[in-house]
Amino acid sequence: MAGQGTSADSNRPALALHVPEPRFRPGDPADFSHIDIGCPGDQPRPDENVHPAQMTGLAYGLVRVLGDDNLAHGPWNPRLDPETLRRMLGHMAMVRAFDERMFRGQRQGKTSFYMKCTGEEATSIAPAMALASDDMVFPSYRQQGILIARGYPLLEMINQIYSNRADKLKGRQLPIMYSSREHSFFSISGNLATQCPQAVGWAMASAARGDSRIAATWVGEGSTAEGDFHSACTFAAVYNAPVILNVINNQWAISSFSGFAGAERTTFAARGLGYGIAALRVDGNDALACYAAAEWAANRARGNHGPTLIEYFTYRAEGHSTSDDPSGYRSAQEREEWPLGDPVNRLKKHLVAIGEWDEERHAIMDLECAETVKATTKEAEKNGILGHGLHHPFHTMFEDVYEELPWHLEEQAEQAIRERIAKFGTERPFG
Amino acid sequence: MSAEVITERRLNMIEAINEALGIMLERDPDVIIMGEDVGYFGGVFRATAGLQAKFGKTRVFDTPISECGIIGVAVGMGAYGLRPVPEIQFADYIYPGLDQLVSEAARLRYRSAGDYIAPLTVRSPFGGGIFGGQTHSQSPEALFTHVAGLKTVIPATPHDAKGLLIAAIEDNDPVIFFEPKRIYNGPFSGYYDKPVEPWKKHPDSVVPEGYYKVPLGKARVVQEGEALTVLAYGTMVHVAEAVCKAKGVDAEILDLRTLVPLDIKAIEASVEKTGRCLIVHEATRTSGFGAELSALVTERCFYHLEAPVERVTGFDTPYPHSLEWAYFPGPVRIGEAIDKLLKD
Repeated sequence: MAGQGTSADSNRPALALHVPEPRFRPGDPADFSHIDIGCPGDQPRPDENVHPAQMTGLAYGLVRVLGDDNLAHGPWNPRLDPETLRRMLGHMAMVRAFDERMFRGQRQGKTSFYMKCTGEEATSIAPAMALASDDMVFPSYRQQGILIARGYPLLEMINQIYSNRADKLKGRQLPIMYSSREHSFFSISGNLATQCPQAVGWAMASAARGDSRIAATWVGEGSTAEGDFHSACTFAAVYNAPVILNVINNQWAISSFSGFAGAERTTFAARGLGYGIAALRVDGNDALACYAAAEWAANRARGNHGPTLIEYFTYRAEGHSTSDDPSGYRSAQEREEWPLGDPVNRLKKHLVAIGEWDEERHAIMDLECAETVKATTKEAEKNGILGHGLHHPFHTMFEDVYEELPWHLEEQAEQAIRERIAKFGTERPFG
Repeated sequence: MSAEVITERRLNMIEAINEALGIMLERDPDVIIMGEDVGYFGGVFRATAGLQAKFGKTRVFDTPISECGIIGVAVGMGAYGLRPVPEIQFADYIYPGLDQLVSEAARLRYRSAGDYIAPLTVRSPFGGGIFGGQTHSQSPEALFTHVAGLKTVIPATPHDAKGLLIAAIEDNDPVIFFEPKRIYNGPFSGYYDKPVEPWKKHPDSVVPEGYYKVPLGKARVVQEGEALTVLAYGTMVHVAEAVCKAKGVDAEILDLRTLVPLDIKAIEASVEKTGRCLIVHEATRTSGFGAELSALVTERCFYHLEAPVERVTGFDTPYPHSLEWAYFPGPVRIGEAIDKLLKD
């Protein structure tokens, strides 16, 4: 069937379909000189009750604090004391050590799946530190930094990753899809952007009840294409919800560069302005800028001035997940050439520059992180690794589908246990 | 099947799908392919590998992460006169596109009295058995068979994957084409603790070169038998076959291939012959497609039945991660149902 509209009027110009294409593919040299990263300290810091229409410069520019001289500049300097800065660095180093070991664990067959956040550590840790510990967070799947910053035990994280008998989620969820109500950390979904309207709803409920807690959500730039994100923006604006919408622009959504989410046309922060939402675009590899932006947005929300959309401009230094091989679609040079450097290294250099840190202490810290993760991994392995029998009893598979077990699930549970006995001669729930 | 040239060329299911897509892009300039990561990268399962390089970026292209957008845009392209073959990366992610499928694509011909059609084929990997947890394992086919106006196709072999996909793309109605990802690289017996078999050893990995169709609405008799009829599709065809073999049961196994339209004649003929019917699917049980099959068999073959129809399915829970093999309707569950059917 030929197209109904293929007979174009010859007096009109032929149209052409634009399909975005990233600048660099495997084997290409990477050169990011086209990206305008502005200057640290240049962006003004308006009052938290500013009207979104006054934020155009902040939505299209880049809030930066740490300069090439490794010092903090301008009005967005959050003026954190050295102890807080060291704690922030420690969290970031811990996340990196954790990611390294868990990635390796997946390669060794201890679990099915893992996702690193290498290069993006600041975008979860700094905002988590700027929020109150009981502010509710609705993360995506790359915000392990929030759990680390909130003191969630590494052992629980690894138990979940191994889906073992100590996993608090009972082996039901894919690795890294954590949940901890105790840490005001919402259950992570594998489906994209679904958490955005949920965060807005939580914030609306908090406002309706006259609570003082706010909500924050994280979503990748690729996932902002989902309708859920736009519904979230609409509701956040309509109800002036006390919520922070964090868009982690790490340039890549599996193999699709940010152009497939609209980055060739505008910034992700600028989306907020169209909805009437305050908008900030921030250097996501600058932990101080990340902290300052989150603190500003939290103050705005807490003051009943409404939502903020923050775009963290960063770079996904590793593959999407253990199932991905980025060498198949992007230039291997990109990571090295990224104009905004590495967030851990930049914070470290800042602390050294202000005389509050040195190479020796840093090396000791890295070693301690690695040792802690290693020891905790060993501890977790006592509870089992994926597929080696040390899982939850079969009956747990049927629990929590509903509050109470209906007859058909009770029958199916009996069936599952019968099958287990038929195959192994025992239910053998604990190996 | 028409004009088959039998060769010994063997493909896995991904290669067969890739070949079908390439042939249709070549034959029909109206065919376009779009989806997340399908372009330069060639798809997370490699189903579209090499197609953008060969046919260009306006025929094979990446999309934003928006299933609603992907399917909605495909409906619009279909209205223009194109024949879109969108990919939804995992069936578990199809739900944001549901309104465009259910309310739009499925009804466009009906509501416009044929003025417009939606000749799209939505390809999507589905099913479990890969430790994908609840967001990479679901079998949502019954959600689609319930919708008037949609066709639902599920291949079980590389040979059929290619022929059915070509037939689906040429079909003028919207087709949901679910690909059982557990058997992309080899048929799966259900004995998860045994070594994985590659497709090369399976007779149905012989895939003819060039264009051929496997018609929609026609079941495949996997093996003839007298003792009972097994109705299955996708991965479960192979699991049922392995179990019947292991138990030495003389089963007649039907691979349904398309759920809508359903080959009711083949089902009737087989059940009337054997008098016993086992239905196997991986999807959850309640309101699953097995319920429809069971009702049809009971309504139409009642006086031939010598035992109640048996259904073997996934359990009515979300797909679990660590207990995947306890969830999966494997050999023990199927074996138990066969024993029950044959006991009198």
